[in-house]
Amino acid sequence: MPEAASLPVDDPRPPRKLYRSSDGRWLGGVARGLAGHLGLPVIWVRLAFVGLFMAHGFGALLYAAFWFFVPLGVGGVGDQKPPSLVATETAPDGRRRLVARRPDRGQIVALLLMVIVSMVFVGSVNLSSAAKAYLLPAVLVAAGVALVWRQADNARRARWVEVGRRRRTLTLLRAAGGVLLVTAGVSAIFVMQGSAAHLGAVLQAALAVLVGITLLAGPYLVRMTQDLSEERLMRIRAQERAEVAAHVHDSVLHTLTLIQRNADNANEVRRLARAQERDLRTWLYKPEGTGKDEADEPDTVAEAVRRNAAEVEDKHGVPIEVVIVGDCPLDERTGAQMQAAREAMVNAAKYGGEGGAVQVYAEVEGRTVFVSVRDRGPGFDLDSIPADRMGVRESIIGRMERNGGTARLRSVPGGGTEVELEMERAEKTS
Amino acid sequence: MSDATEANGTAGAPEAAGSRAADGGAGGRHVRVVLVDDHRMFRTGVQAEIGQTAQTGVEVVGEAADVDQAVTVITATRPEVVLLDVHLPGGGGVEVLRRCAALMADTERPVRFLALSVSDAAEDVIGVIRGGARGYVTKTITGTDLVDSIFRVQEGDAVFSPRLAGFVLDAFASTDAPPVDEDLDRLTQREREVLRLIARGYAYKEIAKQLFISVKTVESHVSAVLRKLQLSNRHELTRWATARRLV
Repeated sequence: MPEAASLPVDDPRPPRKLYRSSDGRWLGGVARGLAGHLGLPVIWVRLAFVGLFMAHGFGALLYAAFWFFVPLGVGGVGDQKPPSLVATETAPDGRRRLVARRPDRGQIVALLLMVIVSMVFVGSVNLSSAAKAYLLPAVLVAAGVALVWRQADNARRARWVEVGRRRRTLTLLRAAGGVLLVTAGVSAIFVMQGSAAHLGAVLQAALAVLVGITLLAGPYLVRMTQDLSEERLMRIRAQERAEVAAHVHDSVLHTLTLIQRNADNANEVRRLARAQERDLRTWLYKPEGTGKDEADEPDTVAEAVRRNAAEVEDKHGVPIEVVIVGDCPLDERTGAQMQAAREAMVNAAKYGGEGGAVQVYAEVEGRTVFVSVRDRGPGFDLDSIPADRMGVRESIIGRMERNGGTARLRSVPGGGTEVELEMERAEKTS
Repeated sequence: MSDATEANGTAGAPEAAGSRAADGGAGGRHVRVVLVDDHRMFRTGVQAEIGQTAQTGVEVVGEAADVDQAVTVITATRPEVVLLDVHLPGGGGVEVLRRCAALMADTERPVRFLALSVSDAAEDVIGVIRGGARGYVTKTITGTDLVDSIFRVQEGDAVFSPRLAGFVLDAFASTDAPPVDEDLDRLTQREREVLRLIARGYAYKEIAKQLFISVKTVESHVSAVLRKLQLSNRHELTRWATARRLV
């Protein structure tokens, strides 16, 4: 059995609604949902259903009724999360991600067990041979209906959880299988009633009716589904926007509180304001395709430069203005260049920060990646750096040269220091 | 295009901190300015920072908080320079530019616009420049640099902040597409160099030193870039902003 019985989730919100559980279910999630609702171990509920099933199949009917009428929800037993309508987690970047659902081997075992129990049950019940003959078609129909219903559940789940495209074929297969089973079962019943001769005619008539209904209701249905999906899209968008806004407002309020607390510490206030401003800009003007987490390693030059500048700015409290032209993916060489650039930013912030903002410019043109870091501090003489100060010599010049690039340090007309780093990209990937 | 009476030696590129030695007085300069911004707090701040006419030479003759108001005030006061917020209720800064086109084109007393914004979105910035603004600075600019920029615009020069220079370089980036109009759709090597140095935080004077040209020549290069930016119909340039839009 897959899940151990756990304590009922204490859900204080009245009135409690009964939902079928969409995770950890075997068939329709009825038992789990009920168990969660009643606060009973799920195994009891399942056993009760099996027991009722023995009583002339009453359990099956009951189960089917529940399945049909009770809406699918999230929760049930063993769920530590309160039942929410969204089975996704919100990533920090405001995009909702699918929570991976582990395939449950227990479910398969349980289904097999159920089949065996049904076999035993069928074997043990003394039915008249006539009734027995109807059993197989009936089972076929039931299986088909179950398949299709389960499919409908999945369709409903897909509303909250984006299901990948590759599962679409499986979905269709399932639905088709269900329909096929039902058709086979019904036809078999017809055949056994001795109306095999009429079967063709009946099927034709049925087909005609189906076609007629499709023609009449089809357009309405299509339009309805289109409207629905459109509305759904709008709702998801609105929700995402709201999430973003909430996040932003929250962090702005937070920053304002901190600023009030540190009102007499000008540097801290400036640092906080800059960090918040940057954060907000990232939210507002995020270039396309950067829905990345803070934690992710940057994988393009522009991202790396921005990231480094942001970190140095936060750490040293000196504003860094960044201008970037073009972009390319990072490779080993440009990675080294980014580290050298970071070192240059740190130096600029440390020794040239009094002169105002540090200006960083990065440009990707063809195969050349160029970065300049410029401050307006007092400037310094490279030759006068003591030999034991390895910062500039090693981590900037040395690093660039080892990787086949060049680094130039110079005093700029008008004061300050500028570090220019130039590197050829390893491979032309574009 | 530049009708500057004299190259202003002390002027620096905006946003470049310390680009200009603090000038104790207005130095005999005077300019009439209208502030257009929907944030009253910002208008008050700018007014306090640059509106001390005795020190800065800037006289704020009017304020406006939306497009209609702006057009009315600008028409009534005929300032020399308008500080224009990119994002305005009623159609944005671009709409103000569109409705003041006649005033901009006036040969006697042209009204010139300097765009001011907190926005970083390239399409907004390129949009107002193409709409006729003579420059773009971000609102984090220091008071001194802002005053400088205003006088530059008054003299008919273009004011490019490092960020704008970056956007322009991006927009004119070398593509495989053949230019429609050779004169307008390409930046010359020199123009590119100048823009690069602006993007790297150099003041005009420093650029002049670096490239061994006069400040005057730097200014004419920047004005040429501005003209190309406003007149080029290059497919990339118009579509470029759209391509960068977030979906």
